Amino acid sequence: MAESYRRSRWSNGLFVVPYLSVFLTLLVFPLGWGIWLSLNKVDLFGGERFIGLKNYARVLSDPIFGQAVKNTVIFVGVSVPTLVILGLFLALALNKTTKGSSFLRGVFFASSILSVTIVTLIWRIVFIPNDGLMSLIFNYFGWQPIGFLSTQGWSLFSVGVATVWWCIGLPMMLFLAALQQIPKDLYEAAALDNATRWRVLTRITLPSIKSTIMLVAVIQVVMQFQLFGQAQLMTNGGPAGSSRPIVMYIYEVGFLRWDIGMGAAASQILFLIILCAAMLQYWISTRKEEADA
Amino acid sequence: MSASISIKNITKRYDSVTVLDNINLHIQDGEFVVFLGPSGCGKSTLLRMIAGLESITEGSIEIGDKRIDTLPPGQRGIAMVFQSYALYPHMTTRQNMAFGLENVKVARDEIDRRVNDAAKILEIDHLLDRKPGRLSGGQRQRVAIGRAIVKEPKAFLFDEPLSNLDAALRGRTRLELAQLHQRLGSTMIFVTHDQVEAMTLADRIVIMHKQKIEQIGTPMEIYQYPVSRFVAEFVGSPPMSMLPINNIENTENGVTVEVSGAGKVTTSITLPTDFSAKDAVLGIRAEDTTLVSTQEKGLDLTIKVIERLGDRTLLYGTLADGTELIAEDSGRSKTKAGDVVRVSVSPHAVHIFDANGLAYHSHMEV
Repeated sequence: MAESYRRSRWSNGLFVVPYLSVFLTLLVFPLGWGIWLSLNKVDLFGGERFIGLKNYARVLSDPIFGQAVKNTVIFVGVSVPTLVILGLFLALALNKTTKGSSFLRGVFFASSILSVTIVTLIWRIVFIPNDGLMSLIFNYFGWQPIGFLSTQGWSLFSVGVATVWWCIGLPMMLFLAALQQIPKDLYEAAALDNATRWRVLTRITLPSIKSTIMLVAVIQVVMQFQLFGQAQLMTNGGPAGSSRPIVMYIYEVGFLRWDIGMGAAASQILFLIILCAAMLQYWISTRKEEADA
Repeated sequence: MSASISIKNITKRYDSVTVLDNINLHIQDGEFVVFLGPSGCGKSTLLRMIAGLESITEGSIEIGDKRIDTLPPGQRGIAMVFQSYALYPHMTTRQNMAFGLENVKVARDEIDRRVNDAAKILEIDHLLDRKPGRLSGGQRQRVAIGRAIVKEPKAFLFDEPLSNLDAALRGRTRLELAQLHQRLGSTMIFVTHDQVEAMTLADRIVIMHKQKIEQIGTPMEIYQYPVSRFVAEFVGSPPMSMLPINNIENTENGVTVEVSGAGKVTTSITLPTDFSAKDAVLGIRAEDTTLVSTQEKGLDLTIKVIERLGDRTLLYGTLADGTELIAEDSGRSKTKAGDVVRVSVSPHAVHIFDANGLAYHSHMEV
């Protein structure tokens, strides 16, 4: 023990250097640089000039940013619960060892491996006016067609549908893994305890996978706040910015208006929003657990 | 409240594999019955079929006069204690015990009364607000038993409930289970592969082997009069020694058998006239042997290994032809490995098994 203790040297730290160097150069350094950029007036061709928090003031007073935040919060507020509930429902339905259910697991997970371009292409075909699947269905029933991608309200909804379809695989798989960890004899004990299906679900299954529900919710909040590709490719943020998310705002400010400093400031605000949302969820769940204990 | 259980012509098959083959058993009201057998003999399957956790291929099960094998597990009026306890991890002890009663809408104050009573009997009243994660193995065991007691079932089923406890706790819990049975007077079925548990707890033991019931009897019947070579070798520690028989002579008081490598052994067993000595064996339990002086009649045993258990000493040795025999001596035995001792065998206590393993005993008192 003493010998191995003495032999512990700084040089042992070399083992973590490969990871640490990637972590520092690709994560910590860009984060720091981003914060630095947000405090400067920078454009893609000119130099930098320190202006303190002025970029933040400009972002926060920009009504378009306000609209983007509102859009994103609504999007997250609807898509995350949908992903959690739908993912849980699919996992509960497919938590069997039959061939049919393993096939369906594959089917539901398949969309996750597609790139955002393919996903949006598929859903554009579904939603596009005149020749799209939805318009065919509406025509068949003789209903008034809806411009899914070009009507305020419907455009963000359409982006949400495509997103849920694209992202449902991971929550389902995480829930399936959690469900399979629940010991079988708990269900046998519940059967002997005369528990109804509803009581089994609410008193045994859901409490047993509580931490996974939390994990899935946090992962999805973090992911969905970063909505970009689907909105960019399906609606281009329109109409009238009604489906423009925060990341698209950052992209437009930084790379279309070349105002890197302001884009960086908006990024930091998004970072804070995501951090707060995730922490809030974590806090709520741990507080509830403590109250239970 | 408790009731008898009748198992009639029960068969269980998975596709072409038969797991239980035509089992018939009647368990009296208030009886403590232990299913004993090696792994894979079907004892747990039979218990789970009574509980309703396994389906039945053929046959029927009745509790009292009511057929229950068509009912779901919760409506059979039975309670089960699982090997792994199967406590609900996110519920407190109290909630664990109350869950089954809440499901059948028992009044709140009745639930509280039953939970508190059971907690008092099992001395877990101070643990009622803890979750299973903060209980020791023995405490969890008690909670699992408590969860069964509060249901006031017609029968208790125990699926190897002591196997996860350490040796000392297992001994204590065994004793407490026996006391609990006396106190509640309920019908209890207990599955184990541990013969000490079976011998100490059971009113009757059901020995299971190869998908069938091999023998049903009180612990002493099973021990003294095993119906087959399997039961004789399975029950008892150390296992019964089996000496190959070369020849049999009928005498007035029973048969004298000639054991290879050891000469003749007199017994008081009567065998049928058509008994064939081919592949027959003589069974001797260690405690039925005595060490005698070299002038007396007996078998010469070369000692290989000695086990000193304090109150007695087990002598593992071989006869002249290499057949193994276990003999017993007092705790103060001076015998050493390598010694040759002469062993005498009580003629009333030995057993003879024919080529098919069927047993013949002397029915005179040992």
